[in-house]
Amino acid sequence: MTSQPFRLPDGGAIDRARPVSFSFNGELLTGFSGDTLASALLANGVHLVGRSFKYHRPRGILSAGTEEPNALVQLESGNRSVPNLKATRIELYEGLTATSVNCWPGVRFDAGAVIDVAHRLVPAGFYYKTFMWPHGGWHFYERAIRRMAGMGRAPTGQDPDRYERMNAHCDVLVVGAGPAGMAAAQAAGRDGARVILADERSQPGGSLLNMAANEAGTEPGWSSGVTAELESMKNVRVLSRTTVTGYFDHNFLIALEQVTDHLGPDAPAHLPRQRLWRIRAGRVVLATGALERPLVFANNDRPGVMLAGAARAYVNRFAVLPGRRAVVVTNNDSAYEAALELHAHGVAVAAIVDHRGRPDGTAVRGAEEAGLEVVPGHAVVDTNGRGRVRTAAVARIDGDGTIAGPTRTLACDLILMSGGWSPAAHLFSQSGGRLRYDAALGGFLPDHPRQSVRCAGAINGAADTTACMREGRSAGLDESAVPEAASASPTPPAQRQVFARHRAGEARAFVDFQNDVTAADITLAAREGYESVEHLKRYTTLGMGTDQGKTGNVPGLAILAGTLGAPVPAVGTTTFRPPYEPVTFGAIAGRDVGALADPVRRTPMHAWHEEAGAVFEDVGQWKRPFYYPQPGEDKRAAVARESLAVRNAVGIMDVTTLGKILVCGPDSVEFLNRVYTNAWDSLAVGRCRYGLMLGEDGMVLDDGVTAHLSPNRFLMTTTTGNAARVLAWLEDWLQTEWPDLNVYLTSLTEQFATMALAGPGARQVLAGLVDDIDVAPAAFPFMAWRTGRVAGLPARVFRISYSGEVAYEISVPARHGLDLWTAVLQQRSGYEVTPFGTEAMHVLRAEKGYPMIGQETDGTVTPLDLGMQWILSSKKDFLGRRSLRRSAMLDPSRKRLVGLKTEDPEAVVPEGAQILPMRPSGPPETMIGHVTSSYWSATLRRSIALALVMGGRERESHTVHIPLDHGTLRAEICDPRFYDPEGIRLHG
Amino acid sequence: MLLIPCPWCGHRDESEFTCGGEAHIQRPPDPAALDDAEWADYVFMRTNPKGRHRERWCHSHGCGRWFNVERHTVTHDIVAVYRMGETPPDDGDVDGS
Repeated sequence: MTSQPFRLPDGGAIDRARPVSFSFNGELLTGFSGDTLASALLANGVHLVGRSFKYHRPRGILSAGTEEPNALVQLESGNRSVPNLKATRIELYEGLTATSVNCWPGVRFDAGAVIDVAHRLVPAGFYYKTFMWPHGGWHFYERAIRRMAGMGRAPTGQDPDRYERMNAHCDVLVVGAGPAGMAAAQAAGRDGARVILADERSQPGGSLLNMAANEAGTEPGWSSGVTAELESMKNVRVLSRTTVTGYFDHNFLIALEQVTDHLGPDAPAHLPRQRLWRIRAGRVVLATGALERPLVFANNDRPGVMLAGAARAYVNRFAVLPGRRAVVVTNNDSAYEAALELHAHGVAVAAIVDHRGRPDGTAVRGAEEAGLEVVPGHAVVDTNGRGRVRTAAVARIDGDGTIAGPTRTLACDLILMSGGWSPAAHLFSQSGGRLRYDAALGGFLPDHPRQSVRCAGAINGAADTTACMREGRSAGLDESAVPEAASASPTPPAQRQVFARHRAGEARAFVDFQNDVTAADITLAAREGYESVEHLKRYTTLGMGTDQGKTGNVPGLAILAGTLGAPVPAVGTTTFRPPYEPVTFGAIAGRDVGALADPVRRTPMHAWHEEAGAVFEDVGQWKRPFYYPQPGEDKRAAVARESLAVRNAVGIMDVTTLGKILVCGPDSVEFLNRVYTNAWDSLAVGRCRYGLMLGEDGMVLDDGVTAHLSPNRFLMTTTTGNAARVLAWLEDWLQTEWPDLNVYLTSLTEQFATMALAGPGARQVLAGLVDDIDVAPAAFPFMAWRTGRVAGLPARVFRISYSGEVAYEISVPARHGLDLWTAVLQQRSGYEVTPFGTEAMHVLRAEKGYPMIGQETDGTVTPLDLGMQWILSSKKDFLGRRSLRRSAMLDPSRKRLVGLKTEDPEAVVPEGAQILPMRPSGPPETMIGHVTSSYWSATLRRSIALALVMGGRERESHTVHIPLDHGTLRAEICDPRFYDPEGIRLHG
Repeated sequence: MLLIPCPWCGHRDESEFTCGGEAHIQRPPDPAALDDAEWADYVFMRTNPKGRHRERWCHSHGCGRWFNVERHTVTHDIVAVYRMGETPPDDGDVDGS
């Protein structure tokens, strides 16, 4: 085949010395370095590039930039693949592979196109009206519809590429490197400001890149001169291929830099694929330009129908002819330049069809002088052609846009349209700025800013390059506002605002090309009462595609306004929200993936646990040994062996992760009195006490043991998961409510390694390891602590227990943790010490009926619900105390803690299971509670569970029913203290 | 993302801070003297003004200090920042103006 038959023999910003081969839908093609995928396809005469989302209509390339709604492709395959990229934004690289989305089996023959034939059956809101029956049916239909509707496919494996996040600060962030943005960056840079200039293209220049060299409105070489100057300034950073996509509060903006996307597999390994920039700017200059609007007429979506400005870009920048014979249709002057340029490059211009009755001005006269036929007061009313436009039907229209004469058919392979230009005010709107509708321009202009932001250039409706540069300079220096007369374009381009040109009932006039929203859909929605633009948008999906309605929003609003007989500003515009352009999840995650997703905290004994084959449990960021399976053991066997070892001999557990907070200061006792429910005045040095903390709402917050170390010094422990939260909570009270209390808090969690030695042999084991601590029960009673040397290491030993057995918690400086752990395991007291994990500990405490924070409590449970009245002091106030007296807290039907014994002792109930007072009889059931903890107890040789049940212990010995997926379990409500309820062993 | 001027550390990103909700809610000196409605008002009820609002913020990933911020809830403008115990700037338009 002829290579690139539509490529001009010279010109363009492409490198003809570097041909690039690529594959599109399996066909091998050639382009040049500097091409986009879209320009390379057009150079090869490929116009049919995809199928539409809903009707599977053939679609071509509408634009040359970020506003592209049609030409979506799946780039590459495998785990590097990216779906739904715009062909107009993909820079060509050697070996690039792309395929069309939305079609099966292929873009030329697409089975889904049958929907287009039946299009009258699927109007706007079709899904809402049809697939809601029968009840719940949507879930059934949704899968099929999603498959049919298509779009690209997300890769399923792990992304092999690397992404980064960058933080940057600057005095001035300039968004857009067209004439206005470059002038702004140059002025600010020369002024000494720290400047970032970001632009989505591969090089600065903006619209100048798309213009013929001789009519840019700048001195020759201006663009490259400014680029070189900016690159040379140390205080200016130019970010190319960087799309500013989000504008948030306090001038915080997000930009996506496509670092190596344009290199494909040749990207150097040291560079990330993309970078997400988080930029805090003193001032922002938005020089984002304007986007051309399509015109709405029947079958305006055929491949070969293109925006006029896009055609200029293809001819001038890429030296590609988008067709051989063009019909140009416009409501403003700007398309005339496109017509003249194409004409100059040998494209036959069949006619310039102008909506305006008497178009006049330099542009029009220039076209007439060049011998082009101008047809005023006419419009394109229909098109024909399969897979590519072949003819355009042109007819005279009257003032309100209705067809007022016979149609005339013009042969063509290209229709260039221009519905005027919409300022790209998306980021301005995101920043909280108000937009105002400008009737002459037919678009929304930035009006009232909310943040420190200035707009410059075409985003303000500036008419020409000179005005853009003038505004840019002024914005870059933050000069006081340019007088209205100077900033407004001297002669606003005459433009006739007739967006829609369709026969009544004609459904194929597209407004939102990507989501297949037609003019008829919008009028139908308006008739059905969706008169608010926000409702219209959700009902028809107008502007909700990946292009965010960059081309279709304003025409859609105009049609809605026309249908309602209201002016456009009265109908309103939707608020633009981030992102302006889609951002990959890879860039958002940056390096925070895999092992770096979240910090991991390990205790000093972690290596030993790993060596011993522990299975770990994540508790917050900590890794805790869950259980230590021996060869041949499953979880149940290992937990049973470990818990029996504690009941019958000695176990050791790593409890380093419990939060430790040092409470210092003369008012420490008063402070503890306020934050704990019980009283602390009488706790002697050398003793410890269990405490319970409540929120002011009376709900249990945390618990733990606090030791009185020395006068005015206490060591508080918290649960592992709540350590940081409790410290923050206590700090909050100290700093904001009780600044008069002389108390200081210090986290010591990571300073000490702690292990619990538990079981009837614990005292004997400890005795063998110490020589300066008297471990006799009378000398070292329950809830006391001592210092001394354990295995020769400086230690604090606390006699406290969470298992109901005699137990000691030994705390040493963290660096000695592993030494002590191994010393305890190697001691020769006659007892073998068995390491046990968190699950055995859970079982042991449940056998004792001890509630666990986060298991029995969930923020709605009071101490009364847990049966812990004994810990509530009646002699003092404490946080949450008053709430316990609220009438709702005293309601006898509140859920309270009970024990549960299944009728079948082997059956272990799933945690979270619902509890019914009688056999289930079909919904709605009466639910009286739920299971909070449930285990196999090897000690009791039966299953045990804790539950929160309405009425609590009043239901003791009642039988309840627990419905599960397969059948119902029966269980009896009992005392939650399953084992040693008198606590004899504890004091043993 | 807000840029918050911590009175101890200077301007820092919002992600370093924790918001503690409405400021200047004093814990009743004698909770037992309150009826249920008064106590519930203290524990649960907060103003949600459209306009200027005084809030407590903590520079939790910085100096760890709590302080007060007067913020406009529509524009997110930070009108004033002052330390705990300091008198808020005198202005009648705050909270529900």
